[in-house]
Amino acid sequence: MENDTIAAIATAMGESSIAIIRVSGQEALTLVDHIYQGKNKLIEATSHTVQYGHIVHPSTNEKVDEVLVTVMMAPRTFTRENVVEISCHGGLIAVEQTLELLLSTGVRLAEPGEFTKRAFLNGRIDLSQAEAVIDLIRAKTDKAAKVAIRQSEGKLSTHIRSLRSEIVETLAHLAVNVDYPEYDADVLTGQFVVERCKSMQTDLERLLQTARQGKILREGIATAIIGRPNVGKSSLMNALTQENKAIVTDIPGTTRDVIEEYVNVRGIPLKLLDTAGIRETEDIVEQIGVKRSEKALQSADLVLFMINHAESLQKEDLFLLEKIKAYPSLIIINKTDLPQQIDYEVVQAKSGNKKMIPLSVKTENGLDQLEEAIKDMFFAGNIDVNDQTYVSNARHIQLLEQAKASITEVISGVEQGIPLDMAEIDMKNAWQSLGEVIGEAVAEDLIDQIFSQFCLGK
Amino acid sequence: MSYQASNFDVIVIGAGHAGCEAALAAARMGCKTLLLTLSLDTIAYMPCNPSIGGPAKGHVVRELDALGGEMGKNIDKTHIQMRMLNTGKGPAVYALRAQADKVLYQREMKKAIEEEPNLTLHQNMVEKLLMEDGSCKGVITRTGAEYHAKTVVLTTGTYLRGKIIIGDLQYESGPNNQQPSINLAHHLQELGFEMVRFKTGTPPRINSRTIDTSKMEIQPGDTEPRAFSFETKAYIMDQLPCWLTYTNEKTHQYIQDNLHRAPMYSGQIEGRGPRYCPSIEDKIVRFADKNRHQIFIEPEGRETLEMYVQGLSTSLPEDVQQDILRTIDGLEKAEMVRTGYAIEYDAIVPTQLWPSLETKLVPGLFTAGQINGTSGYEEAAAQGIMAGINAARKVQGKEPVVLNRSDAYIGVLIDDLVTKGTNEPYRLLTSRAEYRLLLRHDNADLRLTDKGYEIGLIKEDRYQRFVAKRNAIKTEIERLRKTKLTPNAEVQTKLAELGTPDINNVTELANLIKRPELTYQEIMKLSPAPVELSDEVMEQVEIQLKYEGYIQKSLLQVDKMKRMEEKRIPHWVDYTKISGLSSESREKLQQVMPVSLGQASRISGVNPADISILMIYIEQGGRTA
Ligand SMILES: Cc1cc2nc3c(=O)[nH]c(=O)nc-3n(C[C@H](O)[C@H](O)[C@H](O)COP(=O)(O)OP(=O)(O)OC[C@H]3O[C@@H](n4cnc5c(N)ncnc54)[C@H](O)[C@@H]3O)c2cc1C
Ligand SMILES: Nc1nc2c(ncn2[C@@H]2O[C@H](COP(=O)(O)OP(=O)(O)OP(=O)(O)O)[C@@H](O)[C@H]2O)c(=O)[nH]1
Ligand SMILES: [Mg+2]
Repeated sequence: MENDTIAAIATAMGESSIAIIRVSGQEALTLVDHIYQGKNKLIEATSHTVQYGHIVHPSTNEKVDEVLVTVMMAPRTFTRENVVEISCHGGLIAVEQTLELLLSTGVRLAEPGEFTKRAFLNGRIDLSQAEAVIDLIRAKTDKAAKVAIRQSEGKLSTHIRSLRSEIVETLAHLAVNVDYPEYDADVLTGQFVVERCKSMQTDLERLLQTARQGKILREGIATAIIGRPNVGKSSLMNALTQENKAIVTDIPGTTRDVIEEYVNVRGIPLKLLDTAGIRETEDIVEQIGVKRSEKALQSADLVLFMINHAESLQKEDLFLLEKIKAYPSLIIINKTDLPQQIDYEVVQAKSGNKKMIPLSVKTENGLDQLEEAIKDMFFAGNIDVNDQTYVSNARHIQLLEQAKASITEVISGVEQGIPLDMAEIDMKNAWQSLGEVIGEAVAEDLIDQIFSQFCLGK
Repeated sequence: MSYQASNFDVIVIGAGHAGCEAALAAARMGCKTLLLTLSLDTIAYMPCNPSIGGPAKGHVVRELDALGGEMGKNIDKTHIQMRMLNTGKGPAVYALRAQADKVLYQREMKKAIEEEPNLTLHQNMVEKLLMEDGSCKGVITRTGAEYHAKTVVLTTGTYLRGKIIIGDLQYESGPNNQQPSINLAHHLQELGFEMVRFKTGTPPRINSRTIDTSKMEIQPGDTEPRAFSFETKAYIMDQLPCWLTYTNEKTHQYIQDNLHRAPMYSGQIEGRGPRYCPSIEDKIVRFADKNRHQIFIEPEGRETLEMYVQGLSTSLPEDVQQDILRTIDGLEKAEMVRTGYAIEYDAIVPTQLWPSLETKLVPGLFTAGQINGTSGYEEAAAQGIMAGINAARKVQGKEPVVLNRSDAYIGVLIDDLVTKGTNEPYRLLTSRAEYRLLLRHDNADLRLTDKGYEIGLIKEDRYQRFVAKRNAIKTEIERLRKTKLTPNAEVQTKLAELGTPDINNVTELANLIKRPELTYQEIMKLSPAPVELSDEVMEQVEIQLKYEGYIQKSLLQVDKMKRMEEKRIPHWVDYTKISGLSSESREKLQQVMPVSLGQASRISGVNPADISILMIYIEQGGRTA
């Protein structure tokens, strides 16, 4: 594990519109060369120079981004290994694509803190800093774990869990055929395995496609739309997603549960959360909805707090204004098509000088300003999303690709007449890659499955 | 009153499957060895199935043989039938299984032990270990003999605080009404060992005169000669069949009606039983939708009419057992000659062991077999030989031998035990091995004979035979790589005769053999080997070339793991001092005390970040030291 080539996004996302991907390891130059086109190949470049060129898709030759690449040869580098730093200019999507391409060449995504760890292990950092390195690894890991937990509750993991359970059932069945040859379980046939794998292949392809479009996988900035009932939250959600998913009525308390949607606002992926309007209520269902809204608020990276232009400030508004103070947030004053009742100055004061955006979802007046404001906040670094989110997307894609490749090998192996128990090696690999996406332990699952699925014994 | 008895290098306690291998290995490695056991009449006794081998387990027997163990040779001499299982599947999972003549098996093993020059056998019950400065320096028997030794191997199986359970009847006992080991169990606890309570069970036995085999399916042995040992040349061709019948609705109903009398369900059993060996009452409850279960009727030997009823393990009361038997086709008149029972016993929590099987708590003390939480004769024997080897090496001042997960199923077994522990009696399964394709039944000698030779358990003449075989394989593979076919009319006709498509380019024979429809024999028709090759050599050539791609894939994975395996964790590492570790992994690491980063990474709850932190800590300590 220690000698392979690793990569990660080196700059915190959002701090500037330039992002740097750092690659370290013996093969760093040759591997980056697979996806780089410039005047020279990087391996021919002089150490410690900057090269200008493009990141291109190795098979389609399609240009992904215009880049500056810094080449630094061992040992005069941070990690004492060969290091390549790619400065991407084309925004988030380009960074992610570049990282993804790199991973497909065999570069491994760095573990949290791994560059510093290598620097330390290679004697680049002195001993007194060991504690600091440990702290860094711990902190980064905790952050990554937080992202992972969030993702494990999402749609992606539901898909992956069901794929995995399909695989593990098949594996258990194969295992029983092997370990208990005399047991009267049906013997799995190659044809059956191929059929199953083909359907999994389709599922994986679909997942990958959505991943690339950044719909399900791209976790995005968790953006909660919060506000009193009936201010127009669901309407805003529908306007931003250009779908009519959230139900809109003029009855306060329409939305009873949190609704998630993924959108791309000026290149920035958002996970929009439409929530139940928060107010004191006797209705049990609504109460649950309100609880969930509060939870959504807690896990939000960005809050869009909405109040009604056409009503005076209510007790609940004040309560909520207080609540969102701690979060990066924008105040949206909706229904500007109706006569003004609200006092902007009071809102401004109570919110602690947050940016206010008057708009009308109905006439779409002001929506542009909202989108612009979100973008500004992001690039100003005001939204604390860590690069882990992006990195984990790239990682997911890599793992899903691996899983798909393994499943494809099962199919081709079985079709060529390889014994099933051998093709099982690939199936297990697929299962493991998928497990890594959602961070699930692998070791004991299979054994458990065998004994719960089949009645074995003496 | 106690008295001073003789001194030994190694003492082995218990002559079960683990103890026999341990004692033979230590003695053959030149150590003066003593084997103490409760009864000389139950040496290598099989309290349950009269059978050895099967998937994973059979692989282990072959591995044992390649290391110089006895089990393979012994069963080759004493079986009543042998079968190769899984022949319809890939070569990695072919598995040999033998039905044993139990009494003969015991007799032959006893003879091997008696004949071994450095080995003394004595019938006695050990009650205590002799402790000096925290180390184990010998044993004290019930009769008061104090035997001194440099190392001790403890292999007492299911005897520790053994308790037999049949319905509401319970009594202290070892398996099959042998005397239990009570004092020794308490002594271990006093020494500070953490113990668990496990459970297992065995079915009733019946008299073959009282069964009707015409209602059953016959299960004969293979007609081809088979053997576990790579050295066996004399095959037993006169074989006895087993029989297959099934439980039915009547059986199930009857068991349902009597569930209230099952100790399993009335809470009388506290020990944890293995999921892979459920009792019949357990099967009926957990898999209620299955309308029949297989029952194999297996002879216990040639000189007896006693038959083992596989599939009917139970601790139901005796009268219920008899009645259940009679609901089964062919067993309507069956006479039960032994009653089935469950047995509870103490085992040592195996994470208290080093990978050498020496206990962390008491230097000089090794444990092996069912006492370590496993189940099965083969699993016991495998640990036995490793404990015997390492106990002897310790006496000789040598580093322990530890097999990797990529070397052998034995490596998988021991690593699982000492790294992950187990919360039920542990059985080997092929699915526990991540490199199954490398750990084949056919290549056990290629994997392990070198090791056996280095250790001193494989003698020179056998080793030379092995080297010759290995060379023959290599030469023939090279020849097939060099021999190329040109696509001309003559070649295409020959290929057509073999029922395989034309070739388009110049093709190596080594590649042609990868076609699923072609065997080595057929390749030979295209270009015969210049010298005559044995069946085993041809088999290796075929497997190694045919599955080359998959084998390569596995080897690559092994390579990755090896690097972590080679990073040793030094003794001075103090987990309480490493600030960044999560508290869960700190606790686990302290308990397991892994010897390498590889082992550490397999502990559940220890994640990659913890490993990174550990590396940094080690590096830091290394530089300050
Ligand atoms: C009822 C029953 C059912 C089983 N069912 C299965 C099964 O279905 N499948 C399976 O794989 N395995 C089964 N087993 C387990 C299998 O029998 C054991 O795993 C295997 O025999 C263990 O070998 P061992 O060498 O560890 O111990 P054993 O074979 O039990 O040998 C222990 C030896 O230690 C000796 N001993 C004990 N205490 C002392 C002492 N204080 N002093 C001196 N000598 C002592 C005994 O005399 C005995 O010779 C079963 C065992 C039993 C008892
Ligand atoms: N005039 C006007 N009406 C609007 C505007 N935006 C939303 N509405 C209307 O306000 C009502 C409530 O809108 P919703 O989007 O359901 O409000 P909500 O905040 O999601 O409400 P709850 O789910 O009940 O908390 C609907 O009748 C919308 O048509 C706007 O900009 N102008
Ligand atoms: Mg709503």
